[in-house]
Amino acid sequence: MKQSIGIDLGSMGIKAVLFDGSVRDRLMIPTGWNPRETGEQALREIYARNGIDPSDSPPVVLTGYGRNSLGKAGPSVTEITCHAAGSAFLFPGAGTVLDIGGQDSKAISLGREGTVNDFLMNDKCAAGTGRFLQVMAALLDMELDDFSRLPEDVPPQPISSMCTVFAESEVVSLLARGVDKHSLALGLLDSIAGRACAMLQKLGGSGPVAFTGGVSRSRNLVRLLEKRLGRPVVTSSDAPYAGAIGAALIAQKSGKSRS
Amino acid sequence: MADYHKMWEGLGMDLATHDQLCAALPPAFEQVFLTQKDRPQGMDYFNMVIAEVHGLRIQELLEHKARGGKIIGSFCIYVPEEIVLALGGIMVGLCAGSEFWVPAGEQVLPRSLCPLIKAGIGAKVSRTCPYFQSVDLVVGENTCDGKKKAWEVLGDIAPTYVMDLPNTKSSAGFALFRRSMADLVAKLEEVTGNRLTFDGLLSAIETVDRKRAVLQRLYETRKAPKVPISGLDMLLASQVAFYDDADRFVSQATALAEECEERIKTGKAIFPGGTKRLLVTGTPIVVPNWKVHKIIETSGAVVVVEENCTGTRYFESRVDKSGASTVEELVDAISHRYFDRIHCACFTPNEGRADDVVRLASEYGADGVVGLNLSFCTTYQVENEKLRKRLQSEGIPFLALETDYASGDEGQLRTRIEAFVESLGR
Ligand code: SF4
Ligand code: SF4
Repeated sequence: MKQSIGIDLGSMGIKAVLFDGSVRDRLMIPTGWNPRETGEQALREIYARNGIDPSDSPPVVLTGYGRNSLGKAGPSVTEITCHAAGSAFLFPGAGTVLDIGGQDSKAISLGREGTVNDFLMNDKCAAGTGRFLQVMAALLDMELDDFSRLPEDVPPQPISSMCTVFAESEVVSLLARGVDKHSLALGLLDSIAGRACAMLQKLGGSGPVAFTGGVSRSRNLVRLLEKRLGRPVVTSSDAPYAGAIGAALIAQKSGKSRS
Repeated sequence: MADYHKMWEGLGMDLATHDQLCAALPPAFEQVFLTQKDRPQGMDYFNMVIAEVHGLRIQELLEHKARGGKIIGSFCIYVPEEIVLALGGIMVGLCAGSEFWVPAGEQVLPRSLCPLIKAGIGAKVSRTCPYFQSVDLVVGENTCDGKKKAWEVLGDIAPTYVMDLPNTKSSAGFALFRRSMADLVAKLEEVTGNRLTFDGLLSAIETVDRKRAVLQRLYETRKAPKVPISGLDMLLASQVAFYDDADRFVSQATALAEECEERIKTGKAIFPGGTKRLLVTGTPIVVPNWKVHKIIETSGAVVVVEENCTGTRYFESRVDKSGASTVEELVDAISHRYFDRIHCACFTPNEGRADDVVRLASEYGADGVVGLNLSFCTTYQVENEKLRKRLQSEGIPFLALETDYASGDEGQLRTRIEAFVESLGR
């Protein structure tokens, strides 16, 4: 298969992959305040690391909320379509995709060959997204990565507020009451799982759910999701790159040929 | 545009705030409409009407009032225009489609109401709508909870009459509707000082039916594989129908329809091949709300039909006046046209609407359906889920959208719409 590049300009991280039937290279850079500059930087790094001459670039497809900010690099395709394609590639058995990104979450029901049958999106508020976890981690004096390796033997503390701002004050008062930090962290993950579950149930479908996006790195969240859904939840270390991989897959079909 | 400040002052308007509104509209209109390619020439008239929306038309209404005629405002297509016309009145659909009026509406109403209600009431509160300042009576109606209760608030600041409407399409429901029509006739006779006559009502029915027929004719042209008119332009023409002079509207819309029919004959395409055809269904889209049509038509798709109260529900089906020989029988016929044929989510159940959506999707060759609802519109939101299931079973792709008049969510809407269009692509 020829080479192609996919860039996912997300709200928190910019992901880029070099693809030729499998993922040859991948990188992630925090988006910062200028997605265009960071996107260009990601592309330059992919070129440099793989000895690609920018003037003879393999086809590039852009996706993510900043997909239109890198105009000249290549055509843009929405993150919905790209996540579907990327997830179907990464998780051949899955019929549904759950993506929890920095600022939004989405559920996609897959059609044949990684196409989109139907989708739901929550991007109205930060509750239940990576941004939500980031705020809460700071509050609990934890790192985001700590949310991936929480002890399983403490009960999740139920968090009733859906909104980030209210959840923040709820967590503060629970901490003041002496509630265990790990219990709180699990409770926050469980509230994310609850929201995601509601979205998946509305979408319908059965069988394994492919879980993508930055938040999918939390093994605790995967287990909480499985418990609520009663369906297997599959993920992988490539899962945060699903959008970029999908973009690269689409670039394969549309771009100029280059072997 | 001539200087209308004296006229507006006479209407008791807040001139300074109104000037802000007047300054905001033309650039918005330009950006949405004049950036389109290959617009029909016939749209010039509708551009002019919008440019003069607070000018020339208001002047006409005031001249009508000076001759002793009355102006009746309405917020719902269940309020029968025929009766108003037959009594020498002019009906205007009060536009409530601008974010500009929402903050003023929120001064007197809770935030958790649909923007249409907040903007409608806000236009009156802020004294920046010359139509609202001109009306002799607003005919409200008991449909959704929000409007029902908003009339109580409006009643304190504007002459308001509330038409009672049933909740079900039953025979008891019709009896109530028919009674409400009789009450409305009595009220309007009192306000106008005129009495309904058979000939007057018959001619008013014919006038309104002509308006419906020309809208139908225009819509028909959108069934062509190469649509001759954008959804945006058609939306504008429909919106204008709500407050323009009926006869003039008919003649201008006829010219536009002829031009569109000519385009079909010559095979003129205004959208590139492969553009996806969408049916939009849901809550009303009133002036100057052009937000979602604009996003759709700059995302690789075209709106080919609107199943809503500013679309097909407004004009599909005429008054069946055959066999009517008295005023009462004509009012019966009018009542049936409204009650039987308008499928609004304020009724329960409301199966007719889903049937209409499915039928229209096939008639207009739609590739997908967009359920477009204003935020906080409970009735339509609940119905969206039923509609989703129904369309799923019919194999018609469906996208549900919820939005208000503010521009903050345009990026999010665009992502959903582009993704939906992409999903139709294969
Ligand atoms: S949606 Fe219902 S309440 Fe609103 S204008 Fe239409 S018929 Fe009237
Ligand atoms: S859009 Fe819905 S909530 Fe708003 S006025 Fe119409 S029926 Fe009522």
